[in-house]
Amino acid sequence: MLFFSFFKTLVDQEVTVELKNDISITGTLKSVDQFLNLKLDNITCNNDTKYPHLIAVRNLFIRGSTVRYVHLKKESVDTNLLQDAARRGML
Amino acid sequence: MSESDYSAEPLDLIKLNLDEQVYIKLRGAREMVGKLQAYDSHCNMVLSDATETIFEVKDNEANTRSVSKKSEMIFVRGDSVILVTNP
Repeated sequence: MLFFSFFKTLVDQEVTVELKNDISITGTLKSVDQFLNLKLDNITCNNDTKYPHLIAVRNLFIRGSTVRYVHLKKESVDTNLLQDAARRGML
Repeated sequence: MSESDYSAEPLDLIKLNLDEQVYIKLRGAREMVGKLQAYDSHCNMVLSDATETIFEVKDNEANTRSVSKKSEMIFVRGDSVILVTNP
């Protein structure tokens, strides 16, 4: 539940999601659920030439299990809060 | 007294590394070094000032090349994690 709550605090922020097939997508996080499925708005694909499939797409759903990384902005994360939550074992 | 004496379960060992530098070996010939900010029972993690290294294995050459990428804050999904230790 910790990361579900964490991603809920990041709604409306810009994030970059790197998928397990190496596609990297930047967009505004619109929603998240308990499986860490993500909904992104206003997306751009960061390697268009290699993966041109998504050029026309503006808005998408990403199945949580296909995510490798989510790159975040440092200023949008409260690290003290995060560490405390992890220490308390908000699992 | 060794570390294992006060670590009742395996995940408690990760708890000891909160706010410390950790080394994570990942699937797909990748590794990540960064400061551990959070983790859960799936080994999902958030690292700050992380460096990812990708090893490009060339099957007919003995030398493998590596590419490093930096990220100021990164969430790593637990199903890619192989092991977690100190750098």
